[in-house]
Amino acid sequence: MRNLWIFISRYNAFFLFIIFFIVGIYLTVKNNSYQRSVTLNSSNEIVGTAYERLNIFKRYLNLGMVNDSLAAENAKLKSQLLGLTTVDTTKDVKVVDTVTNQQYTYLAAKVVKNSITLRNNVMTINKGTVDGIKSGMAVIAPQRGVVGFIRDVSAHLATIQSLLHKDTKISVTLKKNNALGSLVWGDGNFDIKKAFVKEVPNHIKMYVGDSVVTSGYGSFPAGILVGKIINPNVATNDNFLSGELNLFTDFSTLQYVYVVKDKKAEEQKALESLVKPNE
Amino acid sequence: MNSRIIIVNVIRWFLLLFVQIFLLKNMGFYDLSTPFIYVLFLLLLPFGIPNILLYLLAFGTGLTLDAFYDTMGVHATACVVLAFVRISFISISLNRDAIDDPEPALSYMGFQWFSLYAFLCVVAHHLVLFFLETFRLTEIGYTLMRCGLSCIFTLLIILLVEFIFYRRTPR
Repeated sequence: MRNLWIFISRYNAFFLFIIFFIVGIYLTVKNNSYQRSVTLNSSNEIVGTAYERLNIFKRYLNLGMVNDSLAAENAKLKSQLLGLTTVDTTKDVKVVDTVTNQQYTYLAAKVVKNSITLRNNVMTINKGTVDGIKSGMAVIAPQRGVVGFIRDVSAHLATIQSLLHKDTKISVTLKKNNALGSLVWGDGNFDIKKAFVKEVPNHIKMYVGDSVVTSGYGSFPAGILVGKIINPNVATNDNFLSGELNLFTDFSTLQYVYVVKDKKAEEQKALESLVKPNE
Repeated sequence: MNSRIIIVNVIRWFLLLFVQIFLLKNMGFYDLSTPFIYVLFLLLLPFGIPNILLYLLAFGTGLTLDAFYDTMGVHATACVVLAFVRISFISISLNRDAIDDPEPALSYMGFQWFSLYAFLCVVAHHLVLFFLETFRLTEIGYTLMRCGLSCIFTLLIILLVEFIFYRRTPR
């Protein structure tokens, strides 16, 4: 016991340091909200990861039950399929927009070649002139999100100039205040999950989490969800606002796309070509 | 003699904290370099001070600073680390029995010893201070840059003050 006291008093500087240091850290973490939140969150993360690991084992215990429910669902789907086998799934699906009396038709196509790593990405789909595809048609993703434009068409195949291309510019609006902007990708940021809305007028206020939808002024139908604003007010050199958004389209796992056929596209183009550029 | 040391240190405490809180708190270059001159008080405490008193003074000074900076505990912890570095450095570099100088000031100890002493203490203090303030390692580059630039600024001012109050004493 005496030796212990001698040891402690000999290195008292170190032991006092430990005591005061712990008190200091305790005060810091207890009284500063940011530091406290970091400490709590990291400990929550540890607990969460532990639960996740446990969940992997738990899933195996439920395998029997999951199998049964999957089998039942399979049987139900199969019986439904019998009634649908006569329908040709590659035929056009008609969507009649009764509000503006416009008629868009969507054609499903399979992506046969995709590229996401280049500056200018082009993908290929398995539908061509035979299926009525023309250059300049809009292409959208299955659930939500835009893909790009048809670029060149052959008899049975077509190439898409995807959004991940320096010449692709899609007219979009911010959902909250209907402000117009242009959707572009890759201006100093080559993340395939992010893009920019540019050329938004300066007096518009952008909100984080606001949805960006297509405006309907180009070949895209109006109101197709494009993404969510994550970073409003990105600094640019021009007199317009820019915002960064998360794209809903996941280009890396894209397998099927829809080509949008606009029945009035040619009529619109012909009409608008009558207006001379410098009138 | 003893009471004189106490009075000098008390005056120094008030003066340094006054300068720190009312002048240097508003100073900083691009949020990168902020001087913390008040550590000079802890550097200049007399040699004979007991460890426990040194730690208490360091902690108290830090807490006072925290009260003004609204960063409860950050400065206190940094000051405690500084006190530990101070004790370690003095016990390593000097012979405890042969110390006849009253305090580790530039005028007694010479430029070489004092600058190394101040450098180590200030670096330790600033490292703890900035890392506790940021409290994450993802911005380590920015934190280290802030820390380094602030160290340079603080050391510059400390040496400046020491040269201004240089007392020519027979060594």
